[in-house]
Amino acid sequence: MSDLRQLYQEIILDHYRSPRNFGPLEDANHDACGHNPLCGDRVQVFLKVEDGKVHDIAFEGAGCAISTASASLMSEAVKGKDVDEARDLFERFHDMVTGVEDVGEHDLGKLEALAGVRDLPVRIKCATLAWHTFRAALEQNPESISTE
Amino acid sequence: MAVEAQATDVTGRSTAGAQKRPKPDFDVDAVRRDFPALHQEIHGRPLVYLDSAASSHKPQAVLDAVSKIYGRDYSNVHRGVHTLSQRATDAYESARSTVRRFVGARRDEEIVFVRGTTEAINLVAHSFVAPRLSPGDEVVVSHMEHHSNIVPWQLLCERVGARLVVVPIDDRGQLDLDTYAGLLGERVKLVSMAHISNALGTINPVRRVVELAHAQGIPVLLDGAQGVPHGGVDVAELGCDFYAFSGHKVYGPSGIGALYGKHELLADMRPYQGGGDMIRTVSFAGSEFAPPPTRFEAGTPNIAGAVGLAAALDYLTRLGADAVAVHEDDLLAYATSRLEELPQVEIVGTAEHKASVVSFVLDGVHPHDIGTILDHQGIAVRAGHHCAQPVMERFSVPATTRASFGVYNTRHEVDRLIDGIAETLEMFGCRT
Repeated sequence: MSDLRQLYQEIILDHYRSPRNFGPLEDANHDACGHNPLCGDRVQVFLKVEDGKVHDIAFEGAGCAISTASASLMSEAVKGKDVDEARDLFERFHDMVTGVEDVGEHDLGKLEALAGVRDLPVRIKCATLAWHTFRAALEQNPESISTE
Repeated sequence: MAVEAQATDVTGRSTAGAQKRPKPDFDVDAVRRDFPALHQEIHGRPLVYLDSAASSHKPQAVLDAVSKIYGRDYSNVHRGVHTLSQRATDAYESARSTVRRFVGARRDEEIVFVRGTTEAINLVAHSFVAPRLSPGDEVVVSHMEHHSNIVPWQLLCERVGARLVVVPIDDRGQLDLDTYAGLLGERVKLVSMAHISNALGTINPVRRVVELAHAQGIPVLLDGAQGVPHGGVDVAELGCDFYAFSGHKVYGPSGIGALYGKHELLADMRPYQGGGDMIRTVSFAGSEFAPPPTRFEAGTPNIAGAVGLAAALDYLTRLGADAVAVHEDDLLAYATSRLEELPQVEIVGTAEHKASVVSFVLDGVHPHDIGTILDHQGIAVRAGHHCAQPVMERFSVPATTRASFGVYNTRHEVDRLIDGIAETLEMFGCRT
């Protein structure tokens, strides 16, 4: 249970209860929908991208603490970043939650709160759904994103 | 309705148990000793398995039966003249007789072995309903069906241009019988309905469902995936035309199940799949099909699965349907009252007649988080939509947490669940 308490720590619960950048984004020029059919979680990510930079981001959806907090933390992390930087961040975040590399080597700041997901294989998709959806929005993939 | 004098009430469930105190000979500790998988630790805590509605564990008798057929009496069935083939055939056909007795069918030929409830429903859709369905015709299901009793009908209706008609349920998760009766028009070619809802626990008034349909000449298929484990079934008493169930939810192996069908209907149905064993003669000019049930069992069947299923049903018979019902009713009542003590808990599905399935939501905590946190305390529950998304939609929840109880569960395990929920609430900073 102590490992789990490390995951369900205050930062996760705070972002779950009060997600940042939550809601529509009126001047968005990119968006995508994500869906995890396993649990029914849905997320929609809106972006305002100009000159290769994520100027603004917002998301909507309903999900568990891990997926909601991950979307919220992601929105904070990528806002203001260059698109290439944001993509790189996703790669490193993905490596962290899938356990490819040890925690601490990533310098991911608040995103490291989700490192414990690596020990919960069935929940990795919860943590990555928003990120996959974010990437699809960047690519403006017209297909809905599914974690399956 | 005078139910006192009858063996089953309108829900098709034995009423004998409801009025009696627990039988002294139902010894849950002894039952637990029969299930080896229960005796393990998960995350350092003794396993509390509350997910039998998804799939139940298997008693040693089932493991032994499967081991015995593979270890001694195995060969293909209905083929060889050698001794092992004869033994395997005898075991397989004897398993069919056991299923027939257990569900109260008249003839062994009325029992078709299938992979599970899903395949049974698809079989009826393909072989019974499809040839009778014209554009504009209707198939009736309820709002509380499992996806396996929705999607086969959608596929069929789409193909034919027929309509899938849904009987509404009320806020407690009970079938709206008046609306149902009004929907039974002349275009309806089949009613297909859950005996017991997997997501809500509702025991449907299936005998009445059958009576009303039959009064209009409409045949009825009952999805018994949850019906058989929770108190058993008597198809003669219910009068249904088809009854489908799975082995793995009734303490038997996965990959085996049975379809009961009235013989006169099965005899008139076209095959489901083509292949070996289901034919009488084959030539390139055409093939003549075997009579039921082999007509519907193309290819080498799940021989060991059938034998294991029979062992599971024999095991349940030894425990006694009434004793099982009393035991599970007690767990349901106890779990319901303990959950109701927690103000953050809302039970989804509060029908008057319920099987031992409790779906609930916790204010402020998503079911997947509950499922993970409970797992770390050794408690296995189901979190999600339970393959019943229309039910979730009906109650405006994305998912629920479901605790389901089987023959081997105890009040102590209900207490563990309640403690686990309290700990979950505490982790999420909710007051308990």
